[in-house]
Amino acid sequence: MTDKLDDNYSYKVIRQFSIMAVVWGIVGMAVGVLIAAQLWLPALNFDIAWLSYGRLRPLHTNAVIFAFGGCVLMATSLYCVQRTCHTRLFSDKLASFVFWGWQLVILLAAITLPMGLTSAKEYAELEWPIDILITIVWVAYAVLFFGTIIKRKTSHIYVANWFFGAFIITVAILHLVNSAAIPVDFTTWKSYSAYSGAIDAMVQWWYGHNAVGFYLTAGFLGIMYYFVPKQAERPVYSYRLSIVHFWALIAVYMWAGPHHLHYTALPDWAQSLGMVFSLILLAPSWGGMINGIMTLSGAWHKLRTDPILKFLIVSLSFYGMSTFEGPMMAIKTVNALSHYTDWTIGHVHSGALGWVAMVSIGALYSLIPGLFGKKQMHSIKLINLHFWLSTIGVVLYIVSMWIAGLTQGLMARATNADGTLTYTWVQILENTYPQYGIRLLGGFLFLSGMFIMFYNVMKTISKPKTVDTRIPEPAH
Amino acid sequence: MSDFWSLYIIIITVVNILGCLALLYFTRKKKQSGQEGETTGHVYDGIEEYDNPLPRWWLWLFYITIIFSVIYLILYPGLGKYEGVLGWTQDKQYQEEVAITDAKVLPLYKKYSAMDIPALLNEPQAIKMGQAIFANTCFGCHGADAKGSLGFPDLTDNEWLYGGSPAQIKHSILKGRNGVMPEWKDSLSEDDILALSSYISSKNDFERPVIETFLAQGETAYNQSCAACHGRDLKGNQALGAPNLTDGVWLHGASPGLVKDVIRHGRINRMPGHESILGKDKSHLVAAYVYSLSNKKEKSEN
Repeated sequence: MTDKLDDNYSYKVIRQFSIMAVVWGIVGMAVGVLIAAQLWLPALNFDIAWLSYGRLRPLHTNAVIFAFGGCVLMATSLYCVQRTCHTRLFSDKLASFVFWGWQLVILLAAITLPMGLTSAKEYAELEWPIDILITIVWVAYAVLFFGTIIKRKTSHIYVANWFFGAFIITVAILHLVNSAAIPVDFTTWKSYSAYSGAIDAMVQWWYGHNAVGFYLTAGFLGIMYYFVPKQAERPVYSYRLSIVHFWALIAVYMWAGPHHLHYTALPDWAQSLGMVFSLILLAPSWGGMINGIMTLSGAWHKLRTDPILKFLIVSLSFYGMSTFEGPMMAIKTVNALSHYTDWTIGHVHSGALGWVAMVSIGALYSLIPGLFGKKQMHSIKLINLHFWLSTIGVVLYIVSMWIAGLTQGLMARATNADGTLTYTWVQILENTYPQYGIRLLGGFLFLSGMFIMFYNVMKTISKPKTVDTRIPEPAH
Repeated sequence: MSDFWSLYIIIITVVNILGCLALLYFTRKKKQSGQEGETTGHVYDGIEEYDNPLPRWWLWLFYITIIFSVIYLILYPGLGKYEGVLGWTQDKQYQEEVAITDAKVLPLYKKYSAMDIPALLNEPQAIKMGQAIFANTCFGCHGADAKGSLGFPDLTDNEWLYGGSPAQIKHSILKGRNGVMPEWKDSLSEDDILALSSYISSKNDFERPVIETFLAQGETAYNQSCAACHGRDLKGNQALGAPNLTDGVWLHGASPGLVKDVIRHGRINRMPGHESILGKDKSHLVAAYVYSLSNKKEKSEN
């Protein structure tokens, strides 16, 4: 420790984002469990408009993606960029602005979505005044991140930072294009999309799928590329593979959006391109999984004793599984069965819980002790318990939704010899009902794990020694 | 699509796919001895990187998806205006599937379409088809069991807003119905409305709470404002769709509070016409099914 600020890493903003990631994780997932319970028992909306499914569902998705996921990404990216560039953050004031700005965005979302204020664009429901605030905060975040890259003391830029960089730039473009709208009312914040008809749908799903590709994939691959080799204490398996799959991933993801609009008013040619590029996407996606899992080769025994590594490796398995499932579901004939069923929900959560949440949890457990001057988390046993709750929770969730979705798809297309449909909608719903119960249980187990994490984190950071780590000289 | 945009789409698609191939071609490296390859020499925060070659199986997976895509884009529409060797469109696929089903089932529909609705009661297959169509088309409002809900008529109780004859039911299905009860809050006082509700209750076949002192005022108000549609005898008028107020069926709720609310604010109840959705043949079967719900006896009498 020296007194000179520039000799130390800037950890305050990382601490803030890390703790809020855990808090928003609990909030977002709790809302998810509530709406899963409403599908099981509709009376649980208590006849209160604010608690109705239609308003809480976007709150759930926004909270887990942008509040939980966002805080995780900002914590880890701003940590990783300092550590791998061997330099302090570009500006502490800007860091503070990014943190408080992002919390304000989350707060506004948590107020306006239950009020029913929405632009009705999936994963982009927030109305224009909040969109403008997001833009300002995001630009500040980009300046902070890239400013730090520019003042790096290493000659090269570590691969994790490429992924974070691609994520930050692309999300900015996606947000600006898809949120373009014409405000019509300044008191209710009502606006209408700048696009219409099939073009609006295409822009929306170009946004929607690239939010998955760049926010939920590229960003979290950045986390993987830092925390897996760090936790395994092994070199990254292949630098070459990381270059190839990075460029292939960002070039190909951009095309995949139309697979959300198979058999709709979208022209045939656009649907076909969406499908073939989704298939080409399989290998670039798997590149990240291979690089992560193979990094562990020679250190597999560590999985027995280190539950944090378990989180990271299992998250990669789910990542591999859902990035296989995705291209399959993008094939038109498969999509004709899976679309508009709960299979889609299962697929999303295999990615969102299995990959995004579990890699985040692993990274946070790895990150938090060091930020507060502790050697390790308060209880390794509790991390292990959290790991099993999460894993069993995800498996229950996705298996029940697979069964539900396949059954729905098959029942909905079953016809009698006279050409009439065999089943009614209510029969399909009845058949799904037990699966909604299992899904609720899975979600509940996952949420319980988050509460255990919260306890463990609070125990770890009590009596904090909030010292910032000294920046070492770069090796090369 | 103009030639410019067609060409634009073709070029960026081809360039992107070729770009992937080129990327793989220039970075593939022959297998090197031993898994523990050399590192790149970079160290970041203690993290090093091996420079292992791309796994062969992964490389092949990548190539195979690209080969598949090229073949697909030759066979199917994708490259701008190019229609693909197979000439496939989703519209054609739909038309073909409809044609196949029609060829199979249309004779049956035509056969039933030519029969009278009462005669169809003796055709269990026809009633089953009508029920299947009903349960997937009409369930949103009337329920899959046809028992309706608040604001949506129960079709099993043999009480009819627009008449229960086969022709009347079929008309309701094909052309739809528009039920309009005007609002009275501006032309009647709250007292009148309370009195009306009491008067209507007093005339019901089922016992309902009645405030005796209001009955005279209620009757006057009824005859002035309501009788034109609902009739002096309160039995309604099926030509207008004005409900019978004596039969104990309360479409918009039975409680005196709800009855008063209907008088105050009126109701607009619209049954959409289904001719353009179902066509005549299917509508005929649905009408037979709905008719069968309250005319089962006729069947046994035959």
